[in-house]
Amino acid sequence: MLISGVEIEDTFAEAFGMVATRVLITAVSPTWARHAAETMTGFATSVIGCGIEAGIERTLAPEETPDARPGVSALLFGMSQKDLAKRVETRVGQCVLTCPTTAVFSGMDGEARIPLGKNLRYFGDGFQISKRIGDKRYWRVPVMDGEFLCEETVGCVKAVGGGNLLVLAASQTQALAACEAAIEAMRRLSNVIMPFPGGIVRSGSKVGSKYKAVVASTNDAYCPTLRGLTPSRLTPDIEAVLEIVIDGLTADDVRNAMRAGMHAICRLGAAEGIRRISAGNYGGKLGQFQFPLREIMA
Amino acid sequence: MTALVLDLREQPAARIDMFGVTPDRLNGLTARAVAAIEVTVGKARLPLGELFAFSGDDPSTIVLRGATACLDGVGAEMRAGRIVVEGDAGDYVAQDMRAGEIDVRGSAGAYAATGLRGGVLRMAGNAGDYLGAARAGDRYGMRGGTVVVRGDAGARCGERQRRGQILIAGNAGDYLGASMIAGTIVVLGHTGSRPGFGMRRGTLLLAQPPASLPASFNQSGRHHLSFLSLYLRSLARIDDAFAALDPARTTVRRFVGDIGCGGKGEVLVWL
Repeated sequence: MLISGVEIEDTFAEAFGMVATRVLITAVSPTWARHAAETMTGFATSVIGCGIEAGIERTLAPEETPDARPGVSALLFGMSQKDLAKRVETRVGQCVLTCPTTAVFSGMDGEARIPLGKNLRYFGDGFQISKRIGDKRYWRVPVMDGEFLCEETVGCVKAVGGGNLLVLAASQTQALAACEAAIEAMRRLSNVIMPFPGGIVRSGSKVGSKYKAVVASTNDAYCPTLRGLTPSRLTPDIEAVLEIVIDGLTADDVRNAMRAGMHAICRLGAAEGIRRISAGNYGGKLGQFQFPLREIMA
Repeated sequence: MTALVLDLREQPAARIDMFGVTPDRLNGLTARAVAAIEVTVGKARLPLGELFAFSGDDPSTIVLRGATACLDGVGAEMRAGRIVVEGDAGDYVAQDMRAGEIDVRGSAGAYAATGLRGGVLRMAGNAGDYLGAARAGDRYGMRGGTVVVRGDAGARCGERQRRGQILIAGNAGDYLGASMIAGTIVVLGHTGSRPGFGMRRGTLLLAQPPASLPASFNQSGRHHLSFLSLYLRSLARIDDAFAALDPARTTVRRFVGDIGCGGKGEVLVWL
């Protein structure tokens, strides 16, 4: 399959079941909501090394938030509900509670809940106040700039992590431009995050290593300088490869994001040095979800 | 299927205890079966059919009509459905109610919403003393639910309230929220003497500055409280009398106490 001169490889991305939640952070201004959200979702590129994958989903207008203030919604993904619960609480406690003027609310309904204000309330040292409004419970924690308002629990759902695209290009500059365009298109969608820096991974990995202690190592088949030293997946015209990893609330969300990304890349096309789009998988042996590229673009 | 209407044409010599006459308990019964249910009237037990004229057949909504002011315990322990009192209600309306809705088109007597756990009680007129308060010997007053009073509330409203909210569009009497444990009381009118006396926790939200507060309340200053923006929005959905409150009015003067009993309650006065 060729689109604008770009080969869409006959392969699939292999993704995994995860658990996800959404939190809404509001503040006195969009800037301060953003500070809190960026800090909270920092160092959250991969569950392997960071324990959690997180990112900003989108900016919220005052009309969209529970307290009618500017806000940001963030998605966080973990391998299990228990794992997610612990890490979300720590991140909100260290990064949102600490940030001036913020409040935090659940961005997800549902019966499965993880605690938020339920444990953060103890920071109030006995002076915290609970308020039930409707069917939700909130905690007002006294802090130096007033009160930190935090919903008691936040919903969580089974989700999908590890959808991916590999962009093979004639140069590093062109690979990056294509991925930036893809990320810009994907960021317009809800329910997905691309947790790596700027949404893009330069150090795609494979399972295993020659070193016993190392779990994952460089994806040598896609490293241009290893062409000639290792069984390479790269044709001579490919100088750089970049990867985009996508976590989404449902398989459809991941699929839609991959489609939006691939269209954006193909709009630049072979004319802008893009040779091929591929994807990473484990032969279908590890993950619960498969996203065949050609089916998505058909 | 129309609402089940019980019309008390003549006031009996003694008061009528309406315990058990609730939509959930009458569910599935015919009007004839309902008429056979006995209630306490003074020292006697009389069937409803002897006291009320019946019409309609769907007990999921019960309408009480006529000399309703002598009806005590309307909606007691109710778990579902709706009761409309077309006039005044007696004492103990919505006592220990768990869910459903009671709509009193007139005023109610004493101890309305005592032990309330859930659901909504509305009063178009006034509420007597001890609204949402603990009965003698009870540890707690109301423990959940919502009470809306379009008129005034009497004395000791919310005494030992444990949870839930009381919204008073008119004035509140003396000792509002006395010994309150938690929950919220909103008063748009004036309050009597010693609001918050013995308060442990909970919130009194007042549109008018109180004439005085107990000496054991301390000033906490002027604050912008963001929870008020959510709370006021929720009130607008409950009753029109509170829909006029501007959710942007989140700045209050705050008083804390009752320090005399180690309390951490708050009296918030809108600025």
